[in-house]
Amino acid sequence: MAGLEDLYREIILDHYRSPRNRGELVVPPAHKTEGFNPLCGDEVSVYLDIDEATQTVRDIKISGQGCSISQASTSMMSDAVKGQSVAEARRLIRAFKALMSIHESKLEGEGDGADLAADLDGVRLGDLEALQGVVKFPVRIKCATLAWNTLQQGLDEINT
Amino acid sequence: MALDVARLKAEFPLLEREINGNPIVYLDSASTSQKPFAVLDAMDHAYRHHYANVHRGVYEIAELATAEFEKARRKVATFIGASDWRELVFVRNATEAINLVAYTWARANLGAGDAIVLTHMEHHANVVPWQMLANERGVELRWIPMTPEFTLDLSDLDTLLDGAKLLCVSAMSNVLGTINPVRELVAAAHAHGALALIDACQYIPHIATNVAEWDADFVAFSAHKLCGPSGIGALWARLELLEAMPPFLGGGEMIRDVRLDYFTTNDVPWKFEAGTPAIVEAIGFGAAIDYLESIGMAEIRDHEIKLTEYALDALDNEFGDRLKIYGPADIAIRGGAISFLFDGIHAHDVTQVLDQDGVCVRAGHHCAKPLMRQLGVPATSRASFYMYNDEHDVDCLVKALIRAEQFFAL
Ligand SMILES: Cc1ncc(COP(=O)(O)O)c(C=O)c1O
Repeated sequence: MAGLEDLYREIILDHYRSPRNRGELVVPPAHKTEGFNPLCGDEVSVYLDIDEATQTVRDIKISGQGCSISQASTSMMSDAVKGQSVAEARRLIRAFKALMSIHESKLEGEGDGADLAADLDGVRLGDLEALQGVVKFPVRIKCATLAWNTLQQGLDEINT
Repeated sequence: MALDVARLKAEFPLLEREINGNPIVYLDSASTSQKPFAVLDAMDHAYRHHYANVHRGVYEIAELATAEFEKARRKVATFIGASDWRELVFVRNATEAINLVAYTWARANLGAGDAIVLTHMEHHANVVPWQMLANERGVELRWIPMTPEFTLDLSDLDTLLDGAKLLCVSAMSNVLGTINPVRELVAAAHAHGALALIDACQYIPHIATNVAEWDADFVAFSAHKLCGPSGIGALWARLELLEAMPPFLGGGEMIRDVRLDYFTTNDVPWKFEAGTPAIVEAIGFGAAIDYLESIGMAEIRDHEIKLTEYALDALDNEFGDRLKIYGPADIAIRGGAISFLFDGIHAHDVTQVLDQDGVCVRAGHHCAKPLMRQLGVPATSRASFYMYNDEHDVDCLVKALIRAEQFFAL
């Protein structure tokens, strides 16, 4: 049986209680993307300030409401990508989604997750690994991935 | 007479199971109710002994199946005070009942410049079909707002209804528990020449209902919330409306004659029941009605009033202002659905901790996002009661909530 401690690691509660990079950026020059979790009504706004010349995430701010899992995941995401190159941010998105979907793909009989493990290979997730316990609570996976999907959408919008 | 809840609980096999090593405390009947042996056995019996398609065969079991199916329709019709069983159309659920009205009556009668009046506390099932119609036809949607006491604000009702063709309102809110003044609303709609559609999904399972007394035009509800099976619900509508309405889905059963170049429709209600219906589910629906009647709707309502009062008191005593309740304080105008939120703790997190203790409550927007926006919250937790819940269930809820509050204490 998966216990509460699997889901709510201390580091998650810490990010939940004191979320990093909360706030807004002036749009433009920053770019704003909104994400919704239709299941529970959670909403997140990701503000991205991308340095065009160096293709790095110069600044990121987060606003919105959500449960501890979505808030913590959002906070950790903002910490993880701030100051990173856009390419690294995209690598992190892929790796995080792999972390969240290995369990799901196993459930659906889509192999043993080896293909997904490739996405994780060589990526340092750090604190983010604390969110791994979420996969034992399948309905909460969407809470954890909301911020990452929103970040991905934001980067895609900026690119085009 | 007080309900013998211990005896009732024993009639619901699911309530015997455990969750995470704890006996289950099921507090999500507003979402869907559990099923008693009476319903499970009736359905099992139908499958084993007289299962055949209805309205088709002349052999014995086909006749038995048809008779049982139509008997169920009469039971449901009588249960809600319909004067004629032909006014009772079987559909998949309340959602389909409302869509049926939107696709047939409304598309035949409403166009650009017409208005429909809705309320801020409607379930998506009573919002989105009308938004789809509005987008397609340019029909105007008007909204009855809410008071700070979580009731409908009827101060501008006459202005809102002026020139409107339809009023769509829930008899009981699935989020707030608010019981709306259906009779008064229907009368106001009629005074303005509008018809009234009542979403009675949350009301009929808990309070004795008489559609004739309501004087309503359309009433929608689902069997799964009143101890019946999923997959079946009902639309009740006045006979002359049903007769004038165009058909909904096309296919077998709903026709009288089909040629290469035209078809004619079957009589009401079959005109709206294309294809093989949910035969055994209808029989289960009928068995659920028998079950409710054997307990007594007045007794069920009395029991839920007492239990809801007990719960509201218990929550207030334990948590005071730290736990906000979204719904009327006056027990006379509320049902047994209690939406709540701890200050600073998300509904999802609270509900997850409750699940560890086997306490099943719903967390989320409860398919009422416009209402959640009005309340200014993304989600609430909701505990809801039925005849099989007792004070011990409420005590378990309170205990689990104490744990949740401690766990997430800042
Ligand atoms: C007030 C109300 N209306 C409509 C519905 C939709 O019912 P169903 O999903 O059975 O169609 C519900 C169910 O949650 C409800 O509570």
